[in-house]
Amino acid sequence: MAPAAAAGYPREFEPTDDAVQLYLPIADLPVNIFVILAIGLAVGFISGMFGVGGGFLMTPLLIFLGISPAVSVASVTGHIAAASFSGAISYWRRRAIDVALVCMLLAGGIIGTAFGVWLFTTLRAIGQLDLTIGISYVLLLGIVGTLMVIESVRAIIRSRQGKPVELRRPGSHTWFHGLPFKLRFKRSRIYVSAIPVWVIGFVIGFVGAVMGIGGGFLLVPMLIYLLRVPTATVIGTSMVLTLVTMASATVMHSATNHLVDAVLALILMVGGVTGAQFGARAGQKMRGERLRFLLGLLVLAVGIRFAFDLVLPPANLYSVRPAEGGL
Amino acid sequence: MRRFSLALAAAITALAASAPPAAGERLIASLSNHRVMVTSSFTGDELVLFGTIEPDAATVQRRGGYDIVVTVTGPRQTLVTFRKERVLGIWVNVDYRVFENAPAYLVVLSNRPLEAIANGETLRRLQVGLNNIPLPQRASVNIADSASDDPFRQAFLRIKGAQDLYREVTTGVTFIGRLYRAPIPLPADVPVGDYEVDVKLFADGALIARTTTALEVYKAGFEQVVVSFANNHGILYGLATVMMALATGWFASVVFRRD
Repeated sequence: MAPAAAAGYPREFEPTDDAVQLYLPIADLPVNIFVILAIGLAVGFISGMFGVGGGFLMTPLLIFLGISPAVSVASVTGHIAAASFSGAISYWRRRAIDVALVCMLLAGGIIGTAFGVWLFTTLRAIGQLDLTIGISYVLLLGIVGTLMVIESVRAIIRSRQGKPVELRRPGSHTWFHGLPFKLRFKRSRIYVSAIPVWVIGFVIGFVGAVMGIGGGFLLVPMLIYLLRVPTATVIGTSMVLTLVTMASATVMHSATNHLVDAVLALILMVGGVTGAQFGARAGQKMRGERLRFLLGLLVLAVGIRFAFDLVLPPANLYSVRPAEGGL
Repeated sequence: MRRFSLALAAAITALAASAPPAAGERLIASLSNHRVMVTSSFTGDELVLFGTIEPDAATVQRRGGYDIVVTVTGPRQTLVTFRKERVLGIWVNVDYRVFENAPAYLVVLSNRPLEAIANGETLRRLQVGLNNIPLPQRASVNIADSASDDPFRQAFLRIKGAQDLYREVTTGVTFIGRLYRAPIPLPADVPVGDYEVDVKLFADGALIARTTTALEVYKAGFEQVVVSFANNHGILYGLATVMMALATGWFASVVFRRD
């Protein structure tokens, strides 16, 4: 750069930027391509290790990096679609997907996603989107993280004391089973009402669209504990639901808010699906309860970071942004 | 620099040759470039406004010399300024003002502090300087120009200033005899659109001549294609992103297949 300037070249012909800098068109800011790729790899590794989608880590990391919460949420939906499709293919090969259950979950999931995108658009228009995303993350990650840490610590203590690992036996019927519209899901070998299935699908679709998470870490426990879906089909089924809700969220966010950054999503996807492969191998070498303990700590840490951002006085009380929608 | 001097010489020759007879000073202004292209590697640029003050035979000698104020106004944009307040321990946007058709970019260049060029009344009347630019704002239904000490207006100017989009540079114009030159700074995130450059000539505290020119900032390259596709064909853009996601996921499952 220095010789060019010394030779008196006009400014335009100077190499003004490093090759690693990449301009994100929708996020409208330059980023270091390797930082984004590293985030993708790291989150992919963690998601592969724990068998989760990783949206709940990816979206916060992008926000902490300075990308606006709205663009982060909208773009991560594309990344999760890629990650869950890659996972769904391998579960499909093992015939570990309950297609009928997926379809019933999706009936609620698509509506939930549409509702989530609508709420997202509305909150953005009245200037409360960032706050809502922040509070949602604090609550969700705080509760889930705490539960995971408590549960895994108990499991670790039990195994230290030499007691056998407590197997959660599917209990007898709950009040869920008294609901009408009962359906039989052959592959999962369950017979449940369609209503809780729709509700679960709706909640996952809604939360995913607003927060930029696939929701696997919520969906899997719900399917296991509420619907008694056997572990053989639960992950595969969850991945297909995530795939479809996140793919629809990507399209809906693109159509309404124009906030999906395809360049950002692509780098995250490439890093994510690669990292997931290595994470899955690493995860097989670790004990389940340790893994859950670490994941719980991670979830809590991200939640606490969001809480700090909400509680600490902001550097600037005022903010300026382009007028959107209702204002 | 050489390019600039050549352009300057050419412009002055051309203008001097065609100058019609006029009373008082004539103000001539030209830009080093009227179209600025923003690409992904754009890290900011500087345009040079240059020109000359041409007195005619009848012109009296000005005691205080000449002063020039250049106002560069970017494309208009409706912006919202939010104010946060602590509610139940967390910081929430509680109030806002909508700034209707505010310039996305506003730079005022002068050869010395504005107060020294003309008195406050004149500056207000001519809307010269960041404090005198009208910024109509809307709280609920009524639109009114905000008082210059309004906290929302102050915050708006401060934030735009921190982004290098609103600036007042009191050393921004330099004289070389009757020639003047004013570099216009364009930051990396300069808004796209049409810019108006307004040049005012003052002498002895009064406006004596005025001229305008314009420039255009436009985006080009891959990013612009992506942005316009995303904004104009949202559904197709979303579907394309999903196809890309599926292709990436499928590719990964093929590459890393272990069974």
